[in-house]
Amino acid sequence: MPGQTITEKILARASGNEVVRPGDLIMAKVDLAMGNDVTAPVAIARYRELGIENVWDPAKVALVPSHFSPAKDIASAKLGMTMREFAYEQGIEHYFELGRGGIEHILLPEQALALPGHVIIGADSHSCTYGALGAFSTGVGSTDLAAVLATGKIWLRVPESVRFVYEGVPNPWVIGKDLILSVIGLVGDEGCSYQAMEHTGPALGHLSMDSRFTLTNMAIEAGAKSGIVVPDQITLDYVKQRQELHRRFTDYYVYDSDPDAEYAATHTVDVSALEPQVSLPSLPSKSQPVSTAERVKVDQVFIGSCTNAKMEDLRIAAHILRGRKADPRVRLMVIPATQEIWKQANREGLLDVFAEAGATVSTPTCGPCLGGHMGVLGPDEVCVSTSNRNYVGRMGDKTAKVYLVNPAVAAATAVLGRLSHPDEIGVEAPRLNTVGELV
Amino acid sequence: MTDVIEGPAHVYGDNVDTDVIIPARYLTTIDPAELAAHCLEDLDPDFVKRCRFGDVIVAGRNFGSGSSREHAPIAIKASGIACIVAESFARIFYRNAINVGLPIVECEGITDGAESGQVFRVDLAAGVVENVARGRSHAATPLPSFMKEILDAGGLMPWVKRSLDAGGEVSVGVSADEPVQADWRLD
Ligand code: SF4
Repeated sequence: MPGQTITEKILARASGNEVVRPGDLIMAKVDLAMGNDVTAPVAIARYRELGIENVWDPAKVALVPSHFSPAKDIASAKLGMTMREFAYEQGIEHYFELGRGGIEHILLPEQALALPGHVIIGADSHSCTYGALGAFSTGVGSTDLAAVLATGKIWLRVPESVRFVYEGVPNPWVIGKDLILSVIGLVGDEGCSYQAMEHTGPALGHLSMDSRFTLTNMAIEAGAKSGIVVPDQITLDYVKQRQELHRRFTDYYVYDSDPDAEYAATHTVDVSALEPQVSLPSLPSKSQPVSTAERVKVDQVFIGSCTNAKMEDLRIAAHILRGRKADPRVRLMVIPATQEIWKQANREGLLDVFAEAGATVSTPTCGPCLGGHMGVLGPDEVCVSTSNRNYVGRMGDKTAKVYLVNPAVAAATAVLGRLSHPDEIGVEAPRLNTVGELV
Repeated sequence: MTDVIEGPAHVYGDNVDTDVIIPARYLTTIDPAELAAHCLEDLDPDFVKRCRFGDVIVAGRNFGSGSSREHAPIAIKASGIACIVAESFARIFYRNAINVGLPIVECEGITDGAESGQVFRVDLAAGVVENVARGRSHAATPLPSFMKEILDAGGLMPWVKRSLDAGGEVSVGVSADEPVQADWRLD
């Protein structure tokens, strides 16, 4: 009998089976369920239809206002109220009020709520992000979340796994974002439909957790059900630090894939041949090296979102922006992913660097990433963004154009006023360590 | 749920994502009628005007990709669309549609020669989709029986409620006489 992948092992435990195989239908026990201010109100309405009084386990539920938070209008204030009142009513302690939270996909790992080996179900498509910890995590809609709130379980089809083996040492300015944009370009927007993308290989030893969260964050942009990285020392150190900081010591499970596990496909990526990438409008799969892309003029640069607004990202952007100004015609906006990141960036003086460069620095929110508020694009405007989707109308008007990049490219673009490679700035690339610090 | 759906089609291409089905600017409501009023407006501004109760959507690959917003299938269902037939679906959208009780059928080759206005006939039980205008039938990917059960119940919530009311465990009920199909790839 062939071995199992990490994904199969996690789902076997969660479903009470010795072994599961791709294609098996299982009922999996959920370790953490998440909803946000857009999806939770719908889930709560569905949940009420069941006539059940209490959610299955309030300690395993996280509710995070992020998308239209701070409330942008009365309607979104009401969505926030629905979620807040439900959290209080149900005794859900992992409700993160404004000023104490941020974007869920960065917040839950930071809070030691998302952990290795867990099954995490989030009513948000980028819930695949938690896979960077070695968890099985996937995005669902509100009704699926409602069923989980009621029963603590979810039906799943065990996915095939596709393996991505990263070799070599990343070039200057190349981080997790560039790896995943190039992989999506390779496999296509539905190239990994229904599958688990397993990221592995020696090059991951050079990637911080911040970079790995970006790798798994964009699994959905390849149509995948989940993305996953087998835990190593970098993962375990991160988890330990997070657990100690937040005094949360939930058990977790460290799995590895068996050497004879079966994969639907294996792709090898030589990261030493990669340079910073850009995905042209209006599909993430339209990725190419920045150096070969047309130098389009931009109206807005957005450094934010669950994809690239972590400490590593902000440090890289500040490295370029320190002592420089954004082009007078460019609106530069920086939105740290969580309050904890905001505070750390403040302590390190990065927020000051951004403000001096002429950027707005805002409170954590999804904001412009989904065209929600705080920087919605107008007709024909061009935006270079560190987020994950450049679909038609995603960030505002349907004629606006969005280019997806890493934070170094975004910062360089802000300075020069047109899509730019960070080398054009004439500052040496920072060296990064595996905790996302510049050394 | 009726097993046979017949109606004129609205035909679209590949990668119809949930941002164009219902843009974020309308996500501050959860009212189906309000959502339906803006369904697909960034892709096809006339859809709302043209769409009649019982129409179908026929589309290319990766329908419903992107955001997990259930507002997307809710908006489509509330527009009166009786069924979506596509070459392939993004998985979250697929689950969401079944969960809200919107029939959805994966059918390879269905966009060949498909044009808006042509009548399509979808036999959910038989797993056959026919482009009536062209007289061409296509085999659809069959739904596993428990997903049919969910659709028949009117969505996931009534289905879960039924199991809970019966005091039973909620389960996908895979039985020995319905072996799991390893090539079935719809979640
Ligand atoms: S930052 Fe963007 S992609 Fe991430 S959760 Fe928010 S809206 Fe979704």
